[in-house]
Amino acid sequence: MPRIVVDVMPKPEILDPQGKAIVGALPRLGFTAFSQVRQGKRFELTVDGEVTEEILAQAREAAEKLLSNPVIEDVVNVEVVAD
Amino acid sequence: MSATELPLIGDYSTPAAALSGARIGVVTFPGTLDDRDAARAIRMAGAEAVSLWHGDADLSNVDAVVIPGGFSYGDYLRAGAIARFAPMMSKIVDAANSDAKLPVLGICNGFQILTESHLLPGSMIKNDHLKFLCRDQVLRVENNTTAWSNQYAQGEEITIVLKNQDGQYVADEKTLDALEAEGRVAFSYVGWNPNGSRRNIAGITNAAGNVVGLMPHPEHAVEAGFGPDHTGTDGLGFFTSVLTHLVGGQK
Repeated sequence: MPRIVVDVMPKPEILDPQGKAIVGALPRLGFTAFSQVRQGKRFELTVDGEVTEEILAQAREAAEKLLSNPVIEDVVNVEVVAD
Repeated sequence: MSATELPLIGDYSTPAAALSGARIGVVTFPGTLDDRDAARAIRMAGAEAVSLWHGDADLSNVDAVVIPGGFSYGDYLRAGAIARFAPMMSKIVDAANSDAKLPVLGICNGFQILTESHLLPGSMIKNDHLKFLCRDQVLRVENNTTAWSNQYAQGEEITIVLKNQDGQYVADEKTLDALEAEGRVAFSYVGWNPNGSRRNIAGITNAAGNVVGLMPHPEHAVEAGFGPDHTGTDGLGFFTSVLTHLVGGQK
């Protein structure tokens, strides 16, 4: 069944405390190449049947209204993936 | 049954008529923790506490509403994000924005629900140090003209309990400037910023002064023997303020 993937990231100007903690942990494991980490969220919305334009529009609206908070987050990607 | 006595389980609505006749609703969501403490604080201030269920769409003729702290819906998605869409919240948002200007106080998770509902600007993210924090916290009353702060002196310092993980208040610079310029920062952290909140903001109000949100917990500082330093009752003023507001005695 097809899925619609929605990716949400903290806004660039919002300090991401979780990303900061992760970037601090990486060098302790020997991963020294990464100067910054930002942690976002990935949602997978399963659709029973075909993904129509109308369903995709619903996903975009849900992404703006519920899955993200526009004060602190951006919806950076909404796409259909077939299995 | 006395005004402050309450059953261990079950409905906590006050059985008998209260002192002021004011009815103050306390909303319970799945995962709410502090509804019973909030109801107790309301009774100690002399009003009747009315239990409101998130799934209902009837405000039961309450005169004001407290949205208490806790972890509604387990803080899933974002703190307050799912609770915002409860039928009871739609009623509260409409009543707060109506001409009647229903007084609404959001505490901790309740504050997060108010920002997610767009009744208050900004949002909360994880504490800058990433830890859950529980301590006695000094706040300064920056605006004593709101429905929930009129019994404090302007600039008064009060000590109440702070306990949260997602307590870092954030908003864009323009919003923060406007909040400060319009006197809408109602409470600020004193001595130490416990979570990285912008401009040391602990609580804010809407333009009309009927909707107030704050991270620390006044309902845990209303009774000698149980509040900060085992004596503090500085939180009681929030609840006596709204009663004063309701009888028209606001400054």
